[in-house]
Amino acid sequence: MPSSPGQPADPEAADVSFPGAGTPDRFRSVDSFGLRLAVYEWGDPAAPVLLLAHGGFDFARTFDVFAPLLAAGGWRVVSWDHRGHGDSAHAALYSWEADVRDALRVLDSTTREPAVFVGHSKGGAVLTQLALSCPHRATHLVSIDGMPSRRRHPDVADHERTRLLAEDLAGWLDHRRRAATLVRKPGTLDDLARRRGRMNPRLSHAWLRYLVGVGARRDPDGWRWKIDPSLRFGGFGPFRPEWHLERLPSLAMPLLGLLGAVQEPMGWDTTPGVLKPYLPPESRIELFGDTGHFIHIERPDAVAKLVLEFVA
Amino acid sequence: MTIELTHARMRLVLHALRQEGSGGALLLLHGLGERAPESLPAGLAGWRGPVYALDFTGHGRSTVPQGGGYTAELLMGDADAALAHLGQATVLGRGLGAYVALLLAGARPDRVRGAILCDGPGLAGGGPRPGSPHVALPPAGVVPPDPFALLELARDVRPPDYATSFVRQANQLSRLAQPICVCAVERPDWLRAVAEEPGVERARLPEALVLYGGELLTDC
Repeated sequence: MPSSPGQPADPEAADVSFPGAGTPDRFRSVDSFGLRLAVYEWGDPAAPVLLLAHGGFDFARTFDVFAPLLAAGGWRVVSWDHRGHGDSAHAALYSWEADVRDALRVLDSTTREPAVFVGHSKGGAVLTQLALSCPHRATHLVSIDGMPSRRRHPDVADHERTRLLAEDLAGWLDHRRRAATLVRKPGTLDDLARRRGRMNPRLSHAWLRYLVGVGARRDPDGWRWKIDPSLRFGGFGPFRPEWHLERLPSLAMPLLGLLGAVQEPMGWDTTPGVLKPYLPPESRIELFGDTGHFIHIERPDAVAKLVLEFVA
Repeated sequence: MTIELTHARMRLVLHALRQEGSGGALLLLHGLGERAPESLPAGLAGWRGPVYALDFTGHGRSTVPQGGGYTAELLMGDADAALAHLGQATVLGRGLGAYVALLLAGARPDRVRGAILCDGPGLAGGGPRPGSPHVALPPAGVVPPDPFALLELARDVRPPDYATSFVRQANQLSRLAQPICVCAVERPDWLRAVAEEPGVERARLPEALVLYGGELLTDC
């Protein structure tokens, strides 16, 4: 079972630290139609709200360096673990629509006033949909490499595409058949940090080790990431990235989009040139050179400064 | 008789409507908001083999989960759990179940011995592309079916070229010459595109059953 929200799963985790990382000031949970979501806050509870959403296969504590910088700028920073991630409940069902609904439940539990939305990767896309759905709830939108533009298998012949789709589908269904009994692979704290490093090759081992301390639990046979083992990286479905792009011009609030110039496994490879035709009038795109998908982790000070200037 | 199946955290109920028979199994997938029939529908009497019907997640006697999150692909996983129990089957879907039958025929072309797509609730889904963005909150309702299922599976997007990619996969990888048969009269965009694909049969239900192993009965 997941540990209590925000509490280290084991005293050993308390030994894991990282320069600049700040434990959230407050922990609470929100009920989303029967599902418990773990919510974290940094900063003055009376300050205006900045809603901060993590990416897929991440969790809110990955903001332990970035969020305190925003809070220090005068914001009540509120984040949450998506369903199945971090200390939130493992759900029976997962979908994009459900993630957007969960985000609204967290916002509703926090304030009825318009708030700043900041999201990374999938979290950026989820908050974009929430901002489009509820424009009266967002004053600004910041998307950190959260604007999809890439389609899978763009350069393969049709018959090859069929074979690739067949492998995707059979692999997914086989995974679903095993999902009832799946458990995450245990390991030492360093093992888990190294495994995550394969998907986050630009992030330091010290940072990834810190993430294990706040995002994994200690079982008798070793550490395990808390994320629901029934979740699987990749996948398929009817979603088209261009649907996301085509909606951007409808945004009613200023948009700040941050992109990293270096492609990596979890990145979305979106470029300023791709975004240009779709940008709403009050928008700004910043490209970070020599930076990958996790811009706010690689460049926390620079990103926080940009965000604070943008929402001032 | 019922059989309990597991799909991830869901307990699914598979109803055996007729266990005996000389041919292959027929698996029935209900429409949105429906549940498995309690007895063999009259129109299916000509099927020679056993007949089973599945309650999808959130429907009938299967698990009603907390917090929603339904997708047609999730229900394909439900149907695949039934297929794992049956080995092989001809799959007959109504409405939403027809769309799921198509997905399964493309995803398990070696196990689905023909997919028959019929009219029924939830056939259109949410159309070929997303509508205006909004946050879907569930209405109060009688459970089952799960109000989240009714809400989310009435608006899931079904692009025609996504649907036809499953047809092409079934055509390329199935041992059947015509692995998909469209019986539905209503043809939302995805189904119109499917029906126009090479190799897809269009027929009335009695003929569709014959195509995959039934007898033609004159009274249906």
